[in-house]
Amino acid sequence: MFLDGFGPIILDGAWVTLELAVMSLLVSFVIGLGGAGAKLSSNPLLKGIATLYTTLIRGVPDLVLMLLIFYSLQIGMNHLTEWQGMEQINLNPFVSGVFTLGFIYGAYFTETFRGAFLSVPKGQIEAGIAYGMSGWQTFSRIQFPQVMRFALPGISNNWQVMLKATALVSIIGLSDVVKASIDAGKSSYKVFFFTVVAGAIYLILTSVSSLVLMWLERRYSTGVREAEL
Amino acid sequence: MEKLVVKDLHKSYGSHEVLKGISLKAKAGDVISIIGSSGSGKSTFLRCINFLEKPNAGSISLSGVDISLQKNKQGELIPSDQKQLQTMRSKLAMVFQHFNLWGHMTVLENVIEAPIHVLGLSRDEAIARAEKYLRKVGLDAQAQAKYPAHMSGGQQQRVAIARALAMEPEVMLFDEPTSALDPELVGEVLKVMQTLAEEGRTMIVVTHEMGFARNVSNHVMFLHKGLVEEEGHPDEVFGNTKSERLKAFLSGSLK
Repeated sequence: MFLDGFGPIILDGAWVTLELAVMSLLVSFVIGLGGAGAKLSSNPLLKGIATLYTTLIRGVPDLVLMLLIFYSLQIGMNHLTEWQGMEQINLNPFVSGVFTLGFIYGAYFTETFRGAFLSVPKGQIEAGIAYGMSGWQTFSRIQFPQVMRFALPGISNNWQVMLKATALVSIIGLSDVVKASIDAGKSSYKVFFFTVVAGAIYLILTSVSSLVLMWLERRYSTGVREAEL
Repeated sequence: MEKLVVKDLHKSYGSHEVLKGISLKAKAGDVISIIGSSGSGKSTFLRCINFLEKPNAGSISLSGVDISLQKNKQGELIPSDQKQLQTMRSKLAMVFQHFNLWGHMTVLENVIEAPIHVLGLSRDEAIARAEKYLRKVGLDAQAQAKYPAHMSGGQQQRVAIARALAMEPEVMLFDEPTSALDPELVGEVLKVMQTLAEEGRTMIVVTHEMGFARNVSNHVMFLHKGLVEEEGHPDEVFGNTKSERLKAFLSGSLK
């Protein structure tokens, strides 16, 4: 039988891991773009908040943050429902997981995008402005496509680290691939075997995604690759 | 009628005043060369015309339309109507010292970008225009698919000129268009610019090429420390130089 009959729950777990990683990627991507914009803005308040955010998040271990954010989300929610005289609402662990991971990795994406924004030659932005483009056009047509080129190696790196960091959500009770394998291992007394299976699944996910990212990197480096050869 | 009128332009960086009141009038077909040593304010002046730099005082009008201006907190003048500013910029195509071509776009994409997204041309119209102007600057169909990074400086600057022409602008602004080129590539760019001058295009050229200023332009302005030290027809300015500073500048640059 497929993985001693534990195949389906492990595949389900793998799917949860993947969903969690992709959703968190989207959240952290958006936070990262916003954070980079804030860090590069001339507004000292925005800059200060963004700097505090990246310093704090990048300086504290993911596991500690995960516990802090997850439980404080729930506690905050409890205070709110108590104050409103409502019944306790338990936060959906999947949604909390996505926001927690997205919030943590948003800090890393902020730094990745900040560097990438600074790498686009100023003159090209100036040319956009001088030809009558609006601020949004200059951003979306000139800056962003090139920001992606400079940011992709960093994005790939963050993605791989984040994909593996989803393992931490098993401690907040989500049935990801780690939790599924632990359960399978305990029930079948083959803990080592199922741990290897979990590892292999992560390896497959990271390898496949690195292929996709390599393709993306090639796509976004049109106009430079040949010259570098 | 005057295409471009700039009146009494002032610009300061902090307490340092780099432009102390410079005026310029360009009629259709005028080719005005602005010369001067580095630090004289000539590039800053050119960049104030399309508001890449914000002047502190003065006025600018293009084809008889005054650009409406207001003061910001730093005491600089900024256009009060963003749409009017964008329209004005699209009629003042600029050619930069370092080309500033968009690196992620091919030659053709560089030339059709602003005509499509700023002027609102259809893609087909824009391509037809681009092909016409690329031919004019001496680039063949093969070059259209290339990326800027794969071309020589002279070719890149010619693409940049085609990009400016594709806007079919009222006035073209050239900011030291040959200063970043290897000496052997300067000629091909100057030749294109000479053709444009002969076609009657209105051009304002900040340059170190005294040959161009003397033989192609019909008006020369010599800037020194933020003021016009001497100006006039090139025969007059170069043949019968009055200012001692210009004499010294020319003897230095003609070595």
